[in-house]
Amino acid sequence: MAKRKKDEILHDYNNDGVDRRGFLKCMAWAGTGALCVMEGGILKSYSLSRLGEISAREMAGELSFVQISDSHMGFNKPANPDVAGTLKAAVQKINGLSKSPEFMLHTGDISHLSKPEEFDTVDQILKSASAKDVFFVPGEHDVLNDDGKSYLERYGKNAKGAGWYSFDKKGVHFIGLVNVMNLKAGGLGTLGHEQLEWIEDDVQHLKSSTPIVVFAHIPLWSVYPEWGWGTEDSAQALAYLKKFGSVTVLNGHIHQIMQKVEGNVTFHTAASTAFPQPQPGKADSPGPMKVPAEQLKNVLGITDVNYVQGRNALAVVDSTLA
Amino acid sequence: MMRKGVCILGLLAIVMVATLLLSAGSPGSSANTAEPASAEVKVDNFSFGPATLTVAVGTTVTWTNRDDIPHTVVSTDKAFKSKVLDTDEKFSFTFSKAGTYPYFCSIHPKMTGSVVVQ
Repeated sequence: MAKRKKDEILHDYNNDGVDRRGFLKCMAWAGTGALCVMEGGILKSYSLSRLGEISAREMAGELSFVQISDSHMGFNKPANPDVAGTLKAAVQKINGLSKSPEFMLHTGDISHLSKPEEFDTVDQILKSASAKDVFFVPGEHDVLNDDGKSYLERYGKNAKGAGWYSFDKKGVHFIGLVNVMNLKAGGLGTLGHEQLEWIEDDVQHLKSSTPIVVFAHIPLWSVYPEWGWGTEDSAQALAYLKKFGSVTVLNGHIHQIMQKVEGNVTFHTAASTAFPQPQPGKADSPGPMKVPAEQLKNVLGITDVNYVQGRNALAVVDSTLA
Repeated sequence: MMRKGVCILGLLAIVMVATLLLSAGSPGSSANTAEPASAEVKVDNFSFGPATLTVAVGTTVTWTNRDDIPHTVVSTDKAFKSKVLDTDEKFSFTFSKAGTYPYFCSIHPKMTGSVVVQ
């Protein structure tokens, strides 16, 4: 089992040539989600586990929202026998923010086995959050039995295709993508031709100064392909976003926080509200990682995003986690 | 000395009985190519074990998920498809035709395996 390390900087383990100047990848293991604050063209992401260290000024911006991920409602194995309890703890953290976030993003694996009662439980718990609107994208665990039909009925009423959509908030364009359908043997996450065409069309009319936030379950960058932690055709999607000065990509799936800045694109993955997974390649498989009970809440998370308008280039301030 | 001899004889008897029992499981096959009529694949640590399984025509293969995470067993050529298997759940399929059957977990497609039916 992988040992837990704090604030570890990873090497270029998959030899994809991204470990170069201007590149930042940072991993940390704690938190219950992230607060994202956009201010002056800079998106800052703070782990809610270190709320006490974030000043009210830092949390101020044109737009703030929260990302939560991988609730896996229904999971009951030793890695976390109480995933409802840890999701409630995440909601309490959100409700503890001095300024209520505009909305929440849930980047998938809402349920563990796509059961209606699992979705019901999550919906019920999230109702008590200060942010009322929740925007979802599916994880592979949410579309297990019926090619995602029941997911779409519940969460995708205004979505296209398998559940992708976009919306605008305070001048920021948000794009929710689905990369967990029609996975091919031996392959990674897939967006597919139809969705890629939709992305191209969706952003065509936007000014290049529009800040873009893309969110999807499986990382849209190559985190660790050996474990399926990447998306086959993400490069095509990102190519459509090249003209924009500020692109932020938010993902889940890997149950740990990682960040990377590559040109105009900043990539983030969020912690899970349910259970941690090992660091890439540091265990035999990416299965649930059992940590001592008293440490569990330190390795679960939510992500806060704070958006600040004003600069062309987007920077991300990574908050290391306790 | 005598006790040791008895032990060795006893072990031999166990091995012979076990061999007989295994052979009895595949009626019709000759002693040299004895194949069990059933075979197991363990789904463990996000992998299928054995990754390649060779069986005789008519063998029923059973997959058992030993992981804390659900998996599926889906034939690449659509010959068979399990429902989602939670921890300790099983899926069985009887291979009635010779051939190579590649398969994967549709939730974690990096997990691949194949059954060779002879």
